[in-house]
Amino acid sequence: MPTTITMPALSPTMTEGTLARWLIKEGDSVSAGDVIAEIETDKAAMEIEAVDEGSVGRLLVVEGTEGVPVNQPIAVLLEDGEDASALDGFLPTDGAPAPASQAIPPEGSPTPATGRVFASPLAHRMAEKAGLDLAAIQGTGPRGRVVKSDIEAALSAGATRAAPVPRVAASPPPPPPPASGSEIVPHTNMRTVIARRLLESKQTIPHFYLTVDCEIDRLLAMRRELNDRDAADYKISVNDFVIRASALALRKTPEANASWSDEGMIRYGSVDVSVAVAVDAGLITPVVRNADQKGLAEISVEMKDLAVRARNGKLMPEEYQGGTFSISNLGMFGVREFSAIINPPQSAILAVGAGGQRPVVKEGALNVATVMSCTLSCDHRVVDGALGARLLAVFKGFVEDPVTMLL
Amino acid sequence: MTGNTYDLVVVGGGPGGYVAAIRSAQLGMKTAVVEAEHLGGICLNWGCIPTKALLRASEIRHLMSRLDEFGLSAKDISVDLKKIVERSRNVAGQLAGGVAHLMRKNRIDVIKGRGRLAGPGRLAAFSKDGKTREISAPHIVLATGARARDLPGLEADGKRIWTYREAMVPDVLPKSLLVVGSGAIGIEFASFFNELGSDVTVVEVLDRVLPAEDAEISKLARKSFESQGMTIHTGAAVTVLERTKGTVTANLRLGDGGEQGIECDRVIMAVGITGNVEDLGLEEAGVNVDRGHVVVNEWCETGVPGVYAVGDLAGPPWLAHKASHEGVLCVERIAGIEGVHPLDTTKIPGCTYCAPQVASVGLTEAAATEAGHRLRVGRFPFIGNGKAIALGEPEGLVKTVFDADTGELLGAHMIGAEATELIHGFTVARTLECTEADLAHSVFPHPTLSEMMHESVLDALGRVIHF
Repeated sequence: MPTTITMPALSPTMTEGTLARWLIKEGDSVSAGDVIAEIETDKAAMEIEAVDEGSVGRLLVVEGTEGVPVNQPIAVLLEDGEDASALDGFLPTDGAPAPASQAIPPEGSPTPATGRVFASPLAHRMAEKAGLDLAAIQGTGPRGRVVKSDIEAALSAGATRAAPVPRVAASPPPPPPPASGSEIVPHTNMRTVIARRLLESKQTIPHFYLTVDCEIDRLLAMRRELNDRDAADYKISVNDFVIRASALALRKTPEANASWSDEGMIRYGSVDVSVAVAVDAGLITPVVRNADQKGLAEISVEMKDLAVRARNGKLMPEEYQGGTFSISNLGMFGVREFSAIINPPQSAILAVGAGGQRPVVKEGALNVATVMSCTLSCDHRVVDGALGARLLAVFKGFVEDPVTMLL
Repeated sequence: MTGNTYDLVVVGGGPGGYVAAIRSAQLGMKTAVVEAEHLGGICLNWGCIPTKALLRASEIRHLMSRLDEFGLSAKDISVDLKKIVERSRNVAGQLAGGVAHLMRKNRIDVIKGRGRLAGPGRLAAFSKDGKTREISAPHIVLATGARARDLPGLEADGKRIWTYREAMVPDVLPKSLLVVGSGAIGIEFASFFNELGSDVTVVEVLDRVLPAEDAEISKLARKSFESQGMTIHTGAAVTVLERTKGTVTANLRLGDGGEQGIECDRVIMAVGITGNVEDLGLEEAGVNVDRGHVVVNEWCETGVPGVYAVGDLAGPPWLAHKASHEGVLCVERIAGIEGVHPLDTTKIPGCTYCAPQVASVGLTEAAATEAGHRLRVGRFPFIGNGKAIALGEPEGLVKTVFDADTGELLGAHMIGAEATELIHGFTVARTLECTEADLAHSVFPHPTLSEMMHESVLDALGRVIHF
């Protein structure tokens, strides 16, 4: 009997995903463990593997289809010896039926009833560049093949882009057609998510900002000492100290380790610090879980691994979702100070500037110290000014006197 | 009389007309072709095919001049022009017979005579013996072709000043020959006569030979022609042609403004063609004619219901394969076939069978730049190709022009041995809308000249292997 392959949940919270690419076609035989498709979620592309063996009877979802619900059948696998006739009358039973708009047209229609969208290589390239969904374009080439002129027609007709429409109440007017020399670069999934979430943040979260200057000479000395140890199999960065200091500060001010919800304040039981990592396509925030319970070396090693995998697009969804607080550090770019946008549903983000030698006045005398300015953006619904100031003061205490982080 | 009623009638039995008729018959329409002279048209009788027969002789002659290179020898090699021409005529005759057979096979009536529109849905066919036959058909496809264009004051006389027609059946081998026009027709004859021993001068009014080709290819062609002994004047025009005793004296206005007189045995006028629009009843029917060609839309419709025009009659490019293709799409459109597409002229290859051969499809580098594309251009010379060296044909170039952003193959341009047999690869690629990546992924057989096509693509990607 044929078996169905359904849209997998790649993380506990995933409800739908984009079927980015099929790596199999109808008639292929697959064995358990073969990579059969690529699924895209908000932030990552994942490969999915076959669990059973058999031959591919039918692909039920066109590649490039977005918003495929978890558990929806996406393909039918035939057992050895079965042929396509076994598909007759075989209806996938589990999971929701495919939405009509995304279902593959029936046999006899101009578009062949396979999971493949027939399009010329040039049409593929042009659609990709313009962010068009090939499956949504009616092909006029032989047997309904999508060709260059179809893409051009779709572009001139202002076809909708493949990227999901941001869930924003009023959408801005479409930009004017680009002048010659300009181009429209289609949005990646990540770019769309960044746009949607940050716009939502700035529009719905009442931000306010608190800045402190932290002297980090002692921190730098300690860092040097730790990294210079013969047995050091780690290389701790200033940012690792910042992660630990933030985590400890949050543990000491648990009211700030919280999120707003209409039902009530969500107080988090753990301190999970999201750290913004710039990647080619934008940024992603891998999470150091229970950062308050981890030592500097552990944080450092974990952070390095997360950053490398973030840049390679290899993070699992649970590795970048669900932090309770964020850190964005632009110090390495020489930025002195800046204010960051809160990463919803969190209620605070720390923007870390560059440490540099600055004049400081101590007891009426002018001195030189290495100073790092940090700005905390707070959601005023959760964190009032005094609470934010308290959090920041504790943080500053740890950073300026790093030995206390051992306590 | 029902015998004179058809679903579709084609006027002209050339590659546009007879192909349209076959397609029409295939689609179940009762079809007739009205042809005044001979099936197969100019292409088969006085153009493409017989010239290829002639050029085959000059090619063999050229190889024989190089026998020693290949370790061969022959004595008393001579040229028998009469036999060369005779073979060319036989080839044409054989193929014209083939077309007649195809008409019978497809149950297409061939009506001998000159067709003329005679009112809506009606056509009169005038035969040579003075009889008139009235034919009615809701669809009349005009495919009467074209003929050599005359320049005022420089008209061909068919004796010493030839058109392609006389050049195809020369009675003597001219000692000296002036070819006016360096398009495909002019250059092919120049190449043929030059190889057989004529002293050939080519005059081109534009700034380069084969002006429709990519400038780089054009330049290589000129260099090669000159090394074979041709004299070439570009940016030059013939102002006077005067027939003197047994010869022709021509006055040239050269590119630098100077004048030059030359004396030659024969002149070939090859300055373009003009559509056979006369005596078709076009004016009465209300069909628009512009500069010697019937004006049509992308479906070959003239705007007058039931009247269509295809091929040379309907304008450039003047190519047999363009005419055939138009014949098919025109008829399929009439029959209501789905998925018929207008012809995209940038997907029509062009071939010139001079030595070395020249072939191209799509946009030249200059045209692509002008169209606003950001380009990625690949080149591969014959000298880098094993098969070319083995054949003793190390001269030539394969050039590919891609859009840097989309990877679209915008054009391909070749000069060198068998270029005309290679270009179809790029034509298919362009029609299927291959990108540079698809071509790079394709496996080309070794050792063949076609490998240069692959290498040229790789060169465009900065990945050329053998050069």
